[in-house]
Amino acid sequence: MVNLIIDGRNVQVEEGTSILEAAKRVGVKIPTLCYLKGVNEIGACRACLVEIEGIDRLVASCDNVCTEGMVVHTNTARVFEARRTNVELLLSQHRVECPSCERNETCQLKKVAYDMGARSTDSYKNEYILIEWEKNVPIIRDESKCIKCYRCVSECEKVQTVNIWDMIGSGTHTSVGVQNHVKLSDSGCVFCGQCVTHCPTNALSVRNDISKVGGFNGGLNNPEKVTVVQIAPAVRTAWGEDFGLSPEQANEKVLAAVLRRIGFDYVFDTNFSADLTIMEEGTEFLERFTHKDQYPWPMFTSCCPGWVRFVKTQFPEFTGNLSTAKSPQQMFGAVTKTYFAENIGVAPENIYCVSIMPCSAKKAEMEIPNINDAAEGVKDVDCVLTTRELCRLIKAKNIDVAAIEEEEFDSPLGTGSGAAVIFGATGGVMEAALRTCYYILTGENPNADETFKAVRASNSDKPWVEAEYNVAGNIVKAAVVNSLGNTRKLLNAIKDGEVEYDFVEVMACPGGCVGGGGQPIHYNEEWAADRAKVVYNYDAKNVLRFSHENPEIQTLYADFLKEPCSERSHHLLHTDHFGWEAKWEAKDDN
Amino acid sequence: MSRLTLSTQNQVESTLEGIYNYMEHHLKFSPQDTCPIDITGAFLRLYMTQSCGKCTSCRSGLPQLSYLLDSVLQEKATLETVNEIERLADIITESADCVIGSEAAKMVAKAIKGFRDDFVSHIENHVCLAERTDSIPCVAHCPAHVNIPGYIALVNDERYEDAVKLITNDNPFPVVCALICEHPCEARCRRSLLDAPVNIRGLKRTAIEKATRVIPPERLPETGKKIAVVGGGPSGLTVAFYLQLMGHQVTVFERHKQLGGMLVYGIPAYRLPRNYLKRDVDAILSTGVEVKLNTNVGVGEYSIDNLRKQYDAVYVSIGAHQAKDIGIEGEDAEGVISAVDFLGKIGDEERIDFTGKNVCVVGGGNVAMDCTRSAIRCGAKSVSVIYRRRREDMTALPEEIEGAIAEGAHLIDLHAPLKIETDENNKVVAFWARPNMVSKIKHSRMNPVESGMDDVRFECDIVIKAIGQGTDTSGFDETGIPLERGLIKADNVTSIDEIPGVFAGGDCVTGPKTAILAIAAGKVAAANIDEYLGYHHVVQREIDIPEVELKNREYCGRVDMSERLPEERKHDFQLMEKAMTDKEAKQEAGRCLRCDHFNCGIIKGGRKAW
Repeated sequence: MVNLIIDGRNVQVEEGTSILEAAKRVGVKIPTLCYLKGVNEIGACRACLVEIEGIDRLVASCDNVCTEGMVVHTNTARVFEARRTNVELLLSQHRVECPSCERNETCQLKKVAYDMGARSTDSYKNEYILIEWEKNVPIIRDESKCIKCYRCVSECEKVQTVNIWDMIGSGTHTSVGVQNHVKLSDSGCVFCGQCVTHCPTNALSVRNDISKVGGFNGGLNNPEKVTVVQIAPAVRTAWGEDFGLSPEQANEKVLAAVLRRIGFDYVFDTNFSADLTIMEEGTEFLERFTHKDQYPWPMFTSCCPGWVRFVKTQFPEFTGNLSTAKSPQQMFGAVTKTYFAENIGVAPENIYCVSIMPCSAKKAEMEIPNINDAAEGVKDVDCVLTTRELCRLIKAKNIDVAAIEEEEFDSPLGTGSGAAVIFGATGGVMEAALRTCYYILTGENPNADETFKAVRASNSDKPWVEAEYNVAGNIVKAAVVNSLGNTRKLLNAIKDGEVEYDFVEVMACPGGCVGGGGQPIHYNEEWAADRAKVVYNYDAKNVLRFSHENPEIQTLYADFLKEPCSERSHHLLHTDHFGWEAKWEAKDDN
Repeated sequence: MSRLTLSTQNQVESTLEGIYNYMEHHLKFSPQDTCPIDITGAFLRLYMTQSCGKCTSCRSGLPQLSYLLDSVLQEKATLETVNEIERLADIITESADCVIGSEAAKMVAKAIKGFRDDFVSHIENHVCLAERTDSIPCVAHCPAHVNIPGYIALVNDERYEDAVKLITNDNPFPVVCALICEHPCEARCRRSLLDAPVNIRGLKRTAIEKATRVIPPERLPETGKKIAVVGGGPSGLTVAFYLQLMGHQVTVFERHKQLGGMLVYGIPAYRLPRNYLKRDVDAILSTGVEVKLNTNVGVGEYSIDNLRKQYDAVYVSIGAHQAKDIGIEGEDAEGVISAVDFLGKIGDEERIDFTGKNVCVVGGGNVAMDCTRSAIRCGAKSVSVIYRRRREDMTALPEEIEGAIAEGAHLIDLHAPLKIETDENNKVVAFWARPNMVSKIKHSRMNPVESGMDDVRFECDIVIKAIGQGTDTSGFDETGIPLERGLIKADNVTSIDEIPGVFAGGDCVTGPKTAILAIAAGKVAAANIDEYLGYHHVVQREIDIPEVELKNREYCGRVDMSERLPEERKHDFQLMEKAMTDKEAKQEAGRCLRCDHFNCGIIKGGRKAW
């Protein structure tokens, strides 16, 4: 332990603690921009400068550690001047267009500058660089907004281990770019969007598709189209954050009502197709499990498009291990434009199918060339909006969310079980699948609250969670992993024969979809764990706890698909992961 | 009223001179990973300040060039801009009245030719091709990329064994390099921006003096693969060490009776005592490397073809042990000896007595200095170094030249070898040289020409030829190993395209160079041979590096290591250089600026993975 004094307060901290963290413990706030705990502690932005007695220069508090007897001052005029000047220098190269900026309400630069009283134009000439970016990728980079904090570089390197972003250029022209000087679409980026949710400004954003839905020529304004919307499980945990509402206030039924106000003809639920996914993927798993010698092991879930892209680019040898089941988003699209289209007597091309997702990679998933099966020349899903885009759309439509009464989802694609909603959190797909597999193998339902709870556990000694179950005499070894860095470790362990599993759930984003790249942004706060609790509350409250008990699913099979993994299911609800190419132009040294 | 005034320096001028001096120093230590367009633009602005302002081409033309260069950096240029820069630069070069304008414009024109790709990349892709490699300059410029800030911090913490372990992760010759490394790591040390480079080699010396016994890492499980290493010099032994640790079985074939290559047969013991070299060699052999001494590879039983059949991979590191001739009359006389033979005999501890003899050493490299100083130690009455260019053109390290002079050597520069005069028994009696004068500079090197002065006769008994070495490739050319200008042709991953499984590196590929370059080639080859055999072994040990100490950055001079006094040292082959005292080492270690922390060495993009 070391003892030091910060702003006159005695502090005792463990060796190796940064000055910034020590200050936090005694309630001393220090502004930061580039600092991302444990991931990006580099002293780049100079907003966290402090004065240390005996040291001539000011010192970054984020990447320097406390030493015995250190005396720190965080609020002197010298510190204040220096911090503010540095922030003004950042503003001098930032395209200051706050009123129309997507990150207006969540920009850390704006907050820090405002708090410090930094001025954007008076002090220095404002000069920024504009660089054109690819139009068709889900992740957009705007050089003119970048403050060179390098959080994206570190997040992608250390948390996701995909290493897309790099420092490029030299001298004062140094900035961030795609490594190896390739286009983002050729870079192997999996579009998870973690760089976006960890960007302090709008330098990185997810492509804005709001106008495709709500614009003058958008789907909602096209009188020939029947508009259908689906809401992913994790969206309901987070959309209220933007309006200062609790998840209980801004719940799924309020959201259903809001989406009707926005103008959607049918408000459905991705929970429905999550249940459908369980029926297909669970059945597929049991088929593989009972014919073990015919398949590669383990079987991997396939509902996370970031993960699918990751496996195809970085571990292509495991592509055949992916479940062929499509993701809930794509199953929903396929069913909407066949079963539902028939139901309401509308041609598939006249349905405009929108999904609200916590995810940026879903925007790329709907573009996968061989993903569409409903009808010739028609996309199963027409547009994907992130949770953040949903919130902006609501604001654009001037809807007073707090005043909206709850409404039910529409039928026949609007009912989901508790097993479906937990797709939104890490471990959920695994638990949902196990609940149904248990039923199929034993003819009885397990205890939804207790039997498979272990896969939710986060206190694993490995970078992933593992659990072993004996279901009617069958030993099923399961593993659950989230974040691509942990995934890489797990895949390497499987490759090296250190571990062996039957069924593995992978979510690219830390915490699963609740921590997705399309979710509301809170600077240096990770909300995934809190949102996961909301998901499990939804599950606990639901009268339906098992996918196979969802009556709308039962009807779908009875009237349309016949049975899980039927011929029609295979045609509409499964896909060939080998049938498209995920680009990755890497140098040898990667 | 006075008619004339004496010019005196005012405060502005003296401050400016200080800035000039500082920048001169700064430029010498500039990093090499900057954007070349940016640098050209910066220098152009310097020229602009120096324009006399008279002629239009310079006064009004250089600013236009500057705008155009800026537009490239601001990502506002088109390919047409590059043509315009080139056109304008050529016109300024031709039309400026004095050399300020023409040299500035010439530099810009040269830039376009030299790095057109960079211009195109900026313009077409908005991408700067400069790759940041110099964030931690010492690590970048160490050919083996040893974690230098790490081991300096460990020395500062008095964790000497850990320091040596850390060095050994990238270089199995910590002891050798502590004594004789040419320390390219110091060349761009960022500390130079304050005062002078950190004495990195000196701190390594402290580490190896204090850590007397360092056990090599644990060997990985046996793979069953066998590797032949031809040549037991620094490169071959480096390959052997790492591959052996990776679990392969290495056999080193050495032509001489001792391992070490040029470390024994080229570097005299007063610089590298044999008991020091033995420490590294013993550590390398302790991993289980097998050695066949006095074994000539090339023909017969140990032909390359046979080795290829018996081993899974072959590494050729036969060095450059073949002396080059001067090409003058009398070279075959008795008393003429090559540097290789002379230093080789000393290496094998043959007693050579030059008592009462006059010696001429021909050459200006480090080998020439080694010969000079060894000859002095063999008792020579006088030793003269004959070199055809100037002292400043010599490739020997300045401290080596100074050391030789301090020990009594005569430096005869600007004298071209002419002939060796012999007596009736074909014994050397004198060395003739023709005086040169400084002349035109070609390819940045001064070309001497005859000055017109009379030829000079140096009376002498011994002539040592130290004008370079080649590689003895006999027995190699027939096996399909490609040769180029007398050297083995291998690429920068040390493999030989024509023969899979055969790798080569060190002096036999590069020509005579430094120990650390040979070691670096060995490190690269070991990794690539392992990869070739289908493995990805890692044998580096994790060493916990001390946290950065916050302290003021005070200007502080560099501690150089002291040497035994010339009068004392010139009579023996005992180690010449003294290690730093504890106090000196502490101060020197404290001078390290920790570029691994206070720079982008701390971020992924700022670190190149070596």
